[in-house]
Amino acid sequence: MSDRKYTKEHEWIEVSGSEATIGISDYAQDQLGDVVYVDLPDVGREVEKGAEAAVIESVKAASEVYAPASGEVTARNDALDDNPALVNESAEGDGWFYRMKLSDPSQLDDLMDADAYAKFLETLD
Amino acid sequence: MRYLPQTPDDRAAMLSAIGVASIDDLFSDVPSAVLNAPIDSLPDHQGEMAVERYFQGFARQNLSPASAPCFIGAGAYHHHIPATVDHLIQRSEFLTSYTPYQPEISQGTLQYLFEFQTQVAMLTGMDVANASMYDGATATSEAVLMAHRITKRKKSIISGRLHPHYRETTETLLRFTPYDLEVRDPVIGGQGGLEEAIDKDTACVVVQNPDVFGEFKDLTALAEACHAQGALLIVAVTEVVSLGLVTPPGAMGADIVTAEGQSLGVPLSFGGPHVGLFACRQKYVRQMPGRLAGETLDADGKRGYVLTLNAREQHIRREKATSNICTNAGLCALAFCIHVTLLGEAGITGLAEVNHRTASLLADRLTALPDVKLLTRRFFNEFALDIGRPAEPVVEALAALGILGGVPASRLFPGEPSLENVLLVAATETVTVADIDRLVTAMQEVSA
Amino acid sequence: MSRERETISGARGLDRDEALSFEQDSPGRSGVDLPPVPDAPDRLGDLRRKDAIGLPGLAEPQVVRHFVRLSRMNYAIDYGLYPLGSCTMKHNPRLNERLARLPGIGDVHPMQPQSTTQGVLRLMSELAHWLTELTGMATVAMTPGAGAQGEMCGMMAIRAAHEARGEPRKRVLVPESAHGTNPATAAICGYEVDSIPSTADGRVDMAAFEAKLGPDVAGLMLTNPNTCGLFERDIIRIAELIHGIGGYFYCDGANFNAIVGKVRPGDLGIDAMHINLHKTFSTPHGGGGPGSGPVVFSEALAPYAPLPKVIERNGAFELVEQEDGPRVGRMKGFHGQFGMFVRALAYMQSHGRDGLKQVAEDAVLNANYVMAKLQDLLPPAFPGPCMHEVLVSDKGLDGTGIETMDLAKALIDEGYHPMTVYFPLIVHGAMLIEPTETETRQTLDDFIAVMRGLVEQAKAGEAEYFKEAPTMTPRRRLDETLAARKPVLRWVPDVPLADAAE
Repeated sequence: MSDRKYTKEHEWIEVSGSEATIGISDYAQDQLGDVVYVDLPDVGREVEKGAEAAVIESVKAASEVYAPASGEVTARNDALDDNPALVNESAEGDGWFYRMKLSDPSQLDDLMDADAYAKFLETLD
Repeated sequence: MRYLPQTPDDRAAMLSAIGVASIDDLFSDVPSAVLNAPIDSLPDHQGEMAVERYFQGFARQNLSPASAPCFIGAGAYHHHIPATVDHLIQRSEFLTSYTPYQPEISQGTLQYLFEFQTQVAMLTGMDVANASMYDGATATSEAVLMAHRITKRKKSIISGRLHPHYRETTETLLRFTPYDLEVRDPVIGGQGGLEEAIDKDTACVVVQNPDVFGEFKDLTALAEACHAQGALLIVAVTEVVSLGLVTPPGAMGADIVTAEGQSLGVPLSFGGPHVGLFACRQKYVRQMPGRLAGETLDADGKRGYVLTLNAREQHIRREKATSNICTNAGLCALAFCIHVTLLGEAGITGLAEVNHRTASLLADRLTALPDVKLLTRRFFNEFALDIGRPAEPVVEALAALGILGGVPASRLFPGEPSLENVLLVAATETVTVADIDRLVTAMQEVSA
Repeated sequence: MSRERETISGARGLDRDEALSFEQDSPGRSGVDLPPVPDAPDRLGDLRRKDAIGLPGLAEPQVVRHFVRLSRMNYAIDYGLYPLGSCTMKHNPRLNERLARLPGIGDVHPMQPQSTTQGVLRLMSELAHWLTELTGMATVAMTPGAGAQGEMCGMMAIRAAHEARGEPRKRVLVPESAHGTNPATAAICGYEVDSIPSTADGRVDMAAFEAKLGPDVAGLMLTNPNTCGLFERDIIRIAELIHGIGGYFYCDGANFNAIVGKVRPGDLGIDAMHINLHKTFSTPHGGGGPGSGPVVFSEALAPYAPLPKVIERNGAFELVEQEDGPRVGRMKGFHGQFGMFVRALAYMQSHGRDGLKQVAEDAVLNANYVMAKLQDLLPPAFPGPCMHEVLVSDKGLDGTGIETMDLAKALIDEGYHPMTVYFPLIVHGAMLIEPTETETRQTLDDFIAVMRGLVEQAKAGEAEYFKEAPTMTPRRRLDETLAARKPVLRWVPDVPLADAAE
């Protein structure tokens, strides 16, 4: 878990070899409430840091999920299509969104680690 | 004033409870220069009898299809509406309720919308349908926008034989978007090279079936051509009764079907309100515009219905919504739903058969006249004729004889010289053999 | 709350469940008798339908019962107070229904020769006259199908006007309290939405508004009276400022019912405004439509109003369907929601100018009365008199463990349709109460007593009941998460049709 990083928009990203896995934080799923649908990027799509990569819907809200870094999508979590509740049950585990090949790993440098993110959450609300 | 229950005493007591001296104290935020500007040109209030008399004056100045043989179609059709339909839609609980925001006390509306969606999906041969839209033209325009969202492509191809109101409405909706419309010419017959125009930039092809000249076509090959390029096929149906008799668009490979539902249960009412039908494949449901009713369970585990997939809509998505649409055509959808329920499987197929054969008889009788040529080969209840002379004055002459004899194509396509002599003629179950005799005789008279 | 005994049928007196029509199928049964099929050739050949549609067969008495039973599961204005803020659930006169169905009005075909439709064209012209007079505007586009389409029509006219000047511009300013259709509409018209904050008294923050003005601002979309039920005091200044940078002022006229006959929007500097005929002029809401949203325009935008329109020439009325020029294109099929025009004009004729002014005054009076009688328990979100609706936050429920939604659901058990909840978004736990002018003082007093009683029960710690409510309705709270996660949007037979056909 040590190399998991977080954004201020509550996405997490974890690099393993040449691939990174992206999802939303447990805090974010709690704020959204019951997730009913996740619109994930298709494999092969080029996403750009800060641009919309996915959309997550709860009964009462819809939120854009922005790419924490630029790269090419290499996998999407098909399990969310049938069971979007996975995001509520395990936002930072089985409820991951997509994987991608990073085009510039240094883009992660200014993201928060788990401790910094926990401190950041304390400043909210 | 009969609709306003507060008496002067009530008003005085209420102002006093509020703690103000006069009603205009409650309008104190309004700049005084603009408050209570006189409106001199309008009359004061009137009783029921006076208002009814005033409206009878409007009614007397029209020739209505109830009192004249009617052969007019072109996107709206004079059908019989069973008495039950109009009685039931005027039930207070349907007429004077609103959007089912509180599902616990709106199950009536939600259940009929669920039944309506099922009926529309079945009739069109599609997986799912929404809870209705303003009309067929706006439904079609929204379908084109939806195809662009799904494919993320730039161009749409619009058949020249799509009803011009549908085409123009689509042009309006897309005018300020980055998308382009390629509109084909209105040529009667022939596919017009639609397949060849489809390429990797094409989001969708829009065709009407039967087309605006009444021709009904097998669209299977066109659907395949669309899908080979990753484009969607949108099929618009302006006469929904046809779906009782013809191979539905869903069975021909359509991806989105839009239709005008007016023919079933909804009065002509000089063009509106009518009811837009919108159906698509299951995989596109989250890109669909408009309201949707869905099945669920209540706290006691009983089956019930709610508005669902709301996250697509403007009240949540705001500027990112699939559409800015806020309402559906609730009461017209109910009228449609009641009429279809009355008809049932046997009724709607039978109704469609009567329409088709009546129009077929009409075509045989009219083409027996000298100089009249049938331009439509395969039709449902409407067809185009070349009457060998400009159609518009003929229609006016027929009207003078008390017959609503059809629509001159020039009204739909002004400035198309090739269509000047073309007359669109429709026949529904309301047309009798005597009506046909009258039209045939009158056509001879006005041509003499 | 004693639980009633279970019945054998599952019904409870007059309340009973109703199966889907599809579950009442008797193949071959029908509720219509058709004329004989004429003897004429088939012209469809191999394109006739091959598979069954799947519709059920029911006879007329069954159909009547089916829909009557469904109707009994609905709340309605005809049944009781329906204080749904921003929706204007007022009495729907039945005279209007009768007139819309007159032979020669309800059954006229939109494509008849115009010589045979002089009466309906004159009716449209008459309604247009009322709308322009009441609003003090130059012209009206009658065709938009509903308020949201009216907004689109107005914003497209603004964009067309800028384009005609060779400068399309990019941004539209929209207050954060706006209805969701406003930003959705601006986006459809190709604009970026720039949100303006509200002040502590629920109005446009003038400093923030002025700071956002610039040469790339196409216009402003503002609801007035606004979605908090308040008149925008600075509206004339707002109009001057937006005109000062060459922009246009779009007013969302959803709340025109609060000022009809009292204030003419044209006097406020508005360039375009849609009018929801179902709100101000009482055409029936019909379970969610059909609406009708004519748009009035100032002189500046009049050249961009869409066709068709009715004109009078030499004593005859003419429907202009085509014309060269910079106009916004056609909004929908045919000539607008004509059936709604009839009802709206009947409402206007019945009220007259004197009655319409009274409509606005009584609507505002009733809302302020409710506010005054509730304010110690449910303080209004903003100070000062309100217009036709009163907005309160959930502050009155602090510490009770009960939320706005729970209070709304308890109101249902008390026999009322709840107020609008959680709108506008800028007020926490918002409750927007719009009594309308057609309620008696007694009805308002009864409602006030119930609201006060519920808040007192909430404060007395009856949270458990509130969380359960409603308990006496045809259905209890419904699982919206389940509905959205596994959408079931149509009935399907147990045996798929395709298999049955094989």
